This record gives sequence, structure tokens and C-alpha cells, in this order.
Amino acid sequence: MRFTFALVGAIALAGVATTASARDYLSIAGSSTVLPFATIVAEQLGNNPSFNTPVVESGGSSVGKKGVCEGIGTEFIDIGNASSRMKTGELEYCDSNGVDLTEIKVGYDGIVVANSKEGTPLVISKAELGMALTAEVPACADGSININCDTWVANPFQKWSDINPELPDIAIRVYGPPTTSGTRASYAEMVNQKGYCGKEAMAKKASAARGDKKGKKCRAMRTDGAYIEAGEQDNLIVQKLQEDPSAYGIFGFSYLDQNSDTLQGAVISGTNPTFDEIANGTYSVSRALYFYVKHAHVGVVPGVKEYMAEWVKHWGEDGALSDSGMIPMPQAERDQYLAAMNDLPKLTADMLK
Amino acid sequence: MTDPRRDMISPAVAAERVATGLAARRNREKRFQLYGRIAIGIALAFLVTLFVSIFSKGIPGFFQHYVTLEVTLDREKLDPTGDFSVQSLYDGDARGVIRAALYEATGASGRSGRKAAGKLISQGAEQRLRKAVLADPSILDTTQTMTFAVDDDVDSFLRGFIKRETPEKDRRINDKAIGYIDTLVEKGLISFKFSDYLVFGSASRNAEMAGIFGALIGSILTLAVCLVLSFPIGVATAVYLEEFAPKNRITEIIEININNLAAVPSVVFGILGLAIFIGVFGMPRSIPLIGGVVLALMTLPTIIISSRAAIRAVPPSIRDAALGVGASRVQTMLHHVVPLAMPGMLTGTIIGMAQALGETAPLLMIGMVAFIVDVPGSVTDPGTVLPVQIFMWADFAERMFILKTSAAIMVLLAFLIVMNAAAIFIRKKLERRW
Repeated sequence: MRFTFALVGAIALAGVATTASARDYLSIAGSSTVLPFATIVAEQLGNNPSFNTPVVESGGSSVGKKGVCEGIGTEFIDIGNASSRMKTGELEYCDSNGVDLTEIKVGYDGIVVANSKEGTPLVISKAELGMALTAEVPACADGSININCDTWVANPFQKWSDINPELPDIAIRVYGPPTTSGTRASYAEMVNQKGYCGKEAMAKKASAARGDKKGKKCRAMRTDGAYIEAGEQDNLIVQKLQEDPSAYGIFGFSYLDQNSDTLQGAVISGTNPTFDEIANGTYSVSRALYFYVKHAHVGVVPGVKEYMAEWVKHWGEDGALSDSGMIPMPQAERDQYLAAMNDLPKLTADMLK
Repeated sequence: MTDPRRDMISPAVAAERVATGLAARRNREKRFQLYGRIAIGIALAFLVTLFVSIFSKGIPGFFQHYVTLEVTLDREKLDPTGDFSVQSLYDGDARGVIRAALYEATGASGRSGRKAAGKLISQGAEQRLRKAVLADPSILDTTQTMTFAVDDDVDSFLRGFIKRETPEKDRRINDKAIGYIDTLVEKGLISFKFSDYLVFGSASRNAEMAGIFGALIGSILTLAVCLVLSFPIGVATAVYLEEFAPKNRITEIIEININNLAAVPSVVFGILGLAIFIGVFGMPRSIPLIGGVVLALMTLPTIIISSRAAIRAVPPSIRDAALGVGASRVQTMLHHVVPLAMPGMLTGTIIGMAQALGETAPLLMIGMVAFIVDVPGSVTDPGTVLPVQIFMWADFAERMFILKTSAAIMVLLAFLIVMNAAAIFIRKKLERRW
């Protein structure tokens, strides 16, 4: 076996001798939410005979942000995609590797709670949604729920109507993404943390009582079967909902958009998950999509600037990206990031605050 | 044996006891067979369900809708620089030329009408037009009958997935577009044909243009690297360990390690590939060369173990006879034992390759789980493989990808069946029994 490895190594070395030349295609990796849009742009760039089609890898936001920071050189990716903004800690990793980045926001993605059109439509507030799916809710020691109590108990709600009699009288069953997903992280932050523990009077008070003023401990989703992890594939959730009208699901807006004839989105705190309401900011369960460009690769790997220019061509209201479910930014923001593409300002910790 | 007298029973009594237990024994036998049949039945039921679900979606996935248009190929519009270069054609207005033909055929007018009509046709139409012009420049400045794929939403409508009865705001195509589709259908311009995009197209985010060609070439390149590395190394290792190596501590450890390696989860090999080939040697990501090497590491134990079994199955008398007439050990090996063991080795190799063909986990780490449009021309161009393509398609929201996913699964299954059939054929036809 030893000499086997020696042989493999020798062949690989021979391979290196011939392949360690400059890469002539862009290498991009990161968020699986950004991927469907990044691939559309990449394909458009590839149609231009002067450029190869960029290679777009999946892997999740963390792979995109970490990967782009790993170092300078053609063996590292040029651009990292992310559906959550870079954190200062992640930027420090970049700095420690001597990598300078520019942050480009490309658009928004709504997160919807939806079910089959044959089922009962859900009209619900963010706080109620938080109550339905957060792992722990505040209660009194005897289990009753009262504004003055702040003991945290495992979520007791079995039916939607237990939370509010106006909600459907069916068991709470929601399919959603697993812990590795950026969609889930954003959902938990926007609904469980900010919408419920940060706002609803009782949960807010109880959170403060356990030294968790920001409600971060509320991010955990239920694990008792009411919230069902259905894997990273949103299509799977869509299929489950079509088969089972009593279940609800959490996924990206583009999947609702593609299946608008069989699925309906829940009205959350009086706002509808429609293209227009997400775009103008009325529907608040949405997050921004980013990519991070490595300065050292601009002008070295062919096509970085052109790839960015291709985003600009398609990120508008009538562009190919909105057709696939990405929510465009307002004109002012588009102008701002268009300028950033030209000037390439270095991303600093101050900008992330 | 403590009480020998109890064992002493007369034959008559013995026969009687056997007779009383006989029915129960027979029943037990029947029950056991029944359990076996039930087990097979369950397995078959799963297999049939799988095949029905894949084939029912996959077979329609091999076909898609096309529209036939009369296109006026205006030279000035298509080739603005006039030098007839690839770049000039790209800069030209192929889209406008096609749209003009489409407006003509549908009778679309007005801004909203033209917008709706423009969305009927695939974005791939422009590329197809450019390719046709490049292949035969003489068609410039003439009017040609050309066939283009329709957009995936239109295809879904024509298949009946998107229903006319659905309210307009819940449909992905509006009433105007449906009106134009009806016009095209009435004129007989829409056809439902074998999808050339699926077979000759590469990865694409436009469902109607997506095909498996790039992934197929990637799979072939990756498997070629894998075979070139793993077969000679595997066979050489097996021959040495079986025939030449001294039986001592070191060879024993090596043997145990090979057997353990066969049980290592495949994703571990991917991490190894990432650390060594990309990390230490600084090779680019996403290339079939590294994919092949990683898969070779994964298939080596399979090949070594089956090759050793094949060598061991060659009777010692063959070796003794060869050595007896004066052949050296190497000659005995190369002239007699290896040729006789070859069918067994090949069987093991093909099964190992079939395994490698279906792998995605080790490729995740080295960047081959990616959206790659350009067809790889060599092992150092970025490429992906069939199972990865299937995995990626399964996650896209557009409905036509569901059909194409199943169609791609059918292609992958066909390859696996061919490979396994080859293994069985080799075993049955070439293997000698003693």
C-alpha cells in the first residue's frame, strides 16, 4: 500500500507540473440560496465568447465567506456567495490571511411559510408564529401561561388554535430546512428572536429575566415533531406540502413563485409574501443576498469585472433574476453597489457594524 | 450422556416421535420459505415503486416542445462588425431577429403583447441561431425555417402542469401568452420532439436548455483517470501481496489496512484529496483529474481484494507445472496465473468503477459538486459528473427540472446496468472453473 501511495503521489506531482498555470475561469462558491441566481449570471457571462463560464459551487454561506478568505492564488475561489452578511469574526480571518474584499449586495430573498391551496390559509402574526415553533416558551411554574411568569418550559402548543382560537384547528406541523441552512438561521432570527422574544410582551419580559435581552436563546426551533427538518432541498418540502394539505412549510420565495398554482403563502403580521410586498419592504421576513469579491484576483483571473457587470444587467425589476424569484433592490441601493463594483472599496469591520 | 439409559429407545418409539414432530417440522420449513418470499416481495415492491416513479417522470423528460419559425437572417443585424467573428455574432442582435419572427407568427403587437410573446421562446434560441450561421454562412440574408425550444413555463403549460383554469395571477404565464400559444398550436408550429438539449446540451439554469452532455463527458474523464490509476496499481498490489510478499508482521498490517480502507466512508477520501492535491500541491478545484485520483483511492481496496481472490482461485497445480518445466516465478505469474485470474480481476474492477460512477460525496470536497456549463475538454478543465448533475437539478425550483432529473437518473441507471452486465458477462464467459 505504501508504494501505491508513492505512485499516486508521483502521478499527481506530474499532474501539477502541467496544471499549475493560471486559471482562465472564475471560481465561485457559497450559499445555496444565491446559487440559482449566481448560476444564471454565470451562464450569461459564458455566452460571451471572450469568457469561460464561471464554475459555481454550492456549500452554504459559511463556505462562501470562509472560502474567499482562505488565501490568494488560483487554488482559492475568487468570489464567495452568502445569504447572510459577513461577521466581524469572519472578516478577521480574512485579514489574517491578507485578503481584501469588497461586499456587493445583489438583491433580497423572501422566506415564506406556505401550504397547499387545498388547506386552510394561515393568517398569523410573527409573535404567534414564534410561539408555535420556538423550542421553549415562558410559563408559570404550574404550567399556566400568565404575563407575570418567567419560567421557561418546553413548547406546549399542539394545535394552531391553542395559540389563538382564530387559527386553524389542526396540529402544528411545519416542514423546514435543517440547522446547516442559512434560510433557517435567518428565519429563526427574524421570527423567533426579533418577532417573538424581542417583541411579544411576555416573552420579552421573560427573556430579560433570564439575562437574554436580545432573545438569542429563542432561536432554537422545536424538536418535538412540530417542526420537521426536511433536508436542504426545498423542492422536497414543496412536494410534501402538495401531498399533505394539513402541513405547512418554510422555504425561499422562489419556490412559492414557481408553484403559485398549488401553494399559498401565509399572511404574516398582515403582510403578504408577494413579489411587490417583499420588494418594497412591507413583508419583513426577507434577507439580503451578497457576494464577496477578492481584490487580489480582479484583473488576474479573467472575467471578474465582467461577471459583476453581468449582475447589473439582470438584477433589475424586469431582469432574468427577478423572473427566477430574486427580489430586486431599490434603485438607490442598486446605484450604490454599482459604484462599489467600480471603486472596489475594501470591506472593513466598521462597515459591518 | 449423564443418563445413557434414557437414550436407549426402541426404533418403533423413535419412528413414532419423528412422526409426531414431522408436521411441525414441515410447517416450520414452509414458514421459513414464506418469510424468504415475503422479503423478496418487499424488496421487489420497493424496486418497482422506484422504477415506476423514475420512469413515469423520466420518459417524458426525454421529450420537450419546440416551435418552428420563419426567421429572416438579416446580415447587418446578426454580424454588425462584418468580420464574421464569433465575437461579432455575439454582439449582433440574434435575439431581435428571433423575436421579429415570433411577433410575426403570433401576431403580437404593443409593448405588453411583445413582452409576453418574447417570453415564449427559450434563451437558447439565440445561441442556436448563431451556431447555425457559423456552421453555414450562406444562409445569411435568406429566410430559413428554424426550430427552437420553447421556454420551460410554456412547456409546462403545454404538458398540462400549468392549468388554464388557474386564476391568471397564480399562473406563471399570463392570458396573453396563452393566447399566443394557442395561435402557434393552431398554426401547427408547436411540436413535441425528442429533446436534443437533454442529450447534447450542458448544464443550464434554463430548464429547457439543460442537458447531461457536460456531466457525461466529466464522468467519462473522471472514470478514465480512476481506471488508469487504480487498475494497474490494484493488480500489481494484489499480485505482489499474494505471490511474492513474505508473510510477516508488515504485510499483515498492510493487509488489515487494505481491508479497513474498503470500509472507509467515501467522503473521507474527498477530504484527503482536498488536503493533499489542492492544499499541498495547489492544484485547481473542480477538475476531473483530482476527482479521478480520489475515486481511484476509493476503488483500490475493492480491486485489490477481488484481484487477490481471483489469484487465489487459480489452482496451485498450474504454478507447480510452470515452475516444474523451468519457468521463473515472474514468468509463472505473468504467463499463467495473471491471465487465468484476469476475468476475476476485471469483474472486480468493473464493479469498483460502477461504484465510483455513482459517487458524489468525495467530489463535494474537491469542488466537483458545482454548476459547470462548459464541457471539459481534458482532465484539467473544470467538470462535474452525472450523479452531481442529478443532485443539482433536483434542487432547482423550475418544474421542468423534475422531469429532466428523472431522465438523467435513467441515463445513469442505464450506464450502471451496462457496467454490471459486462461484469456478469465476463464472469460467465471468460472465467475458467477447475
